[in-house]
Amino acid sequence: MKKYLLDLKVVANERLASNFVLLKLQGDQPLPDMLPGQFAELRVDDAPHTFLRRPISINFVDRQQNSVWFLIQLVGEGTKRLATLELGSVVNVLLPLGNGFAMPQCADEQLLLVGGGAGTAPMLYFGEQLQQQGIRPSFLLGARTASMLLQLDEFNKYGDVYTTTEDGSHGEKGFVTQHSILSDKHFDRICCCGPKPMMLSVARYAKAKGITCEVSLENKMACGLGACLCCVENTTAGHVCVCTEGPVFNINDLLWQI
Amino acid sequence: MADLRVNIGALALKNPVLTASGTFGYGEEFADFIDLTRLGGFIVKGTTLHPREGNPYPRMAETPMGMLNAVGLQNKGVHYFVEHIYPRLKDINTHVIVNVSGSSIEDYSETAAIVNDLDNIPAIELNISCPNVKKGGMTFGVQPNAAAEVVSAVRKAYHKTLIVKLTPNVTDITEIAKAVEGAGADSVSLINTMLGMAIDAERRKPLLSTVTGGLSGPCVKPVALRMVWQVAKAVKVPVVGLGGIMNATDAIEFMLAGATAVEIGTANFIDPSITVKVVDGINDYLDRHGFKSVRDIIGALEV
Repeated sequence: MKKYLLDLKVVANERLASNFVLLKLQGDQPLPDMLPGQFAELRVDDAPHTFLRRPISINFVDRQQNSVWFLIQLVGEGTKRLATLELGSVVNVLLPLGNGFAMPQCADEQLLLVGGGAGTAPMLYFGEQLQQQGIRPSFLLGARTASMLLQLDEFNKYGDVYTTTEDGSHGEKGFVTQHSILSDKHFDRICCCGPKPMMLSVARYAKAKGITCEVSLENKMACGLGACLCCVENTTAGHVCVCTEGPVFNINDLLWQI
Repeated sequence: MADLRVNIGALALKNPVLTASGTFGYGEEFADFIDLTRLGGFIVKGTTLHPREGNPYPRMAETPMGMLNAVGLQNKGVHYFVEHIYPRLKDINTHVIVNVSGSSIEDYSETAAIVNDLDNIPAIELNISCPNVKKGGMTFGVQPNAAAEVVSAVRKAYHKTLIVKLTPNVTDITEIAKAVEGAGADSVSLINTMLGMAIDAERRKPLLSTVTGGLSGPCVKPVALRMVWQVAKAVKVPVVGLGGIMNATDAIEFMLAGATAVEIGTANFIDPSITVKVVDGINDYLDRHGFKSVRDIIGALEV
């Protein structure tokens, strides 16, 4: 897919929970095609210790508003700077990058989309794109506590939402892999994005059950274009760039101890 | 429009802007953003005789005004390049230069000889300065005798323009530059990355799997500029300057210090269209200052 370097305008920058913002960026030309699971590299200006762009997954594409959404977890100086961008300011964005989740080949594929923390971000756009194909997935979203479960109203538009929290304040208490939906319902495929330990346990569950499983990785990267070779993941094909060969991988291609 | 043409040995460039190896892939990665034919040339990823997987992840750490990398020359080897990559690049209307690395003198020579047979590769950049490999790489670049030995051997196997890329991790870079010039290099390029490291204090762990890595970006520019200035005075062959060039002004500074051409490296990661902006910016500078040719500013620093 052709990649674009675009100056986009901030049309919303909303604080979600204590350490997330939802940044909505609008183009003056129609935004290019983007696939669920792909990401963008946002340039961070005026942050002296932030040299590189920040890779952020595509949370949603609002074609009516011609805007692309990014759910940003405030981790360091770069993301904190993005959180302070004012309405009307301009962000230089490189997109769309990487490969998305596989789109279903048949309309009755039972899909479980699992997200944890910032990893819930790509699942919203995935859900909306599935709706356009007439598919209603199940979302399984995990967080430490209820206030950290983000965009639930949005997720409810596109599928059945199941949640877990570590403190039991929303949904079932525990981790996503302990949720009863996993034993109550049959799934053909599980797609997962979140912290590595979560993805690992989801991958183990899927492998044990013989369910196809894709995970989205977030290795530290520089260019996002497959040039610097920094973000490599060790796979059955050797070291490959997460930015160009991923970020979505089938777990069978990874050398994880599953 | 000023005359932007420069020569590196027998290699005639339409303008002095090249890309630094390892920051520009095989050029194709940047084709969505720039017209590659507008570059003086591009230098492709470090290529070795045998495929290399490189170092384990993590290989990169961001630093103030720069980054450390410990990629370790990951590449599929020269034979893969010849069979699969060269056919895609050979007809492009700019110069494609191959960066050649190795872990022994024989590796370097054999790889150079293979690239010598590729009609549309007019030059190689010999990497005797990679800080991220255990054998070879920088070990050849820190001793004048060892540097001269590998360049002499490659010179016998390679008959086109031979650029030798130098490491800054030495006491006196002019000694190395003079040694490789004496051994037959047509040009020297400098600087490769500076050896550095980064630590995660909370975890009490290094941020790179290899502990140390190569520092690049604008943080190294003052050092690079100083070394280009010193080397340009010490050798007769043309100098290719690189190290933290982020814009046309930086590139012009390198040329004023004595560089005949420049390489854009880490800046490609921040702005994948930076190279053509530097070409345009150099032209604007020349017009603004009334220079008819970019060659007029090479070493034009008034001290």
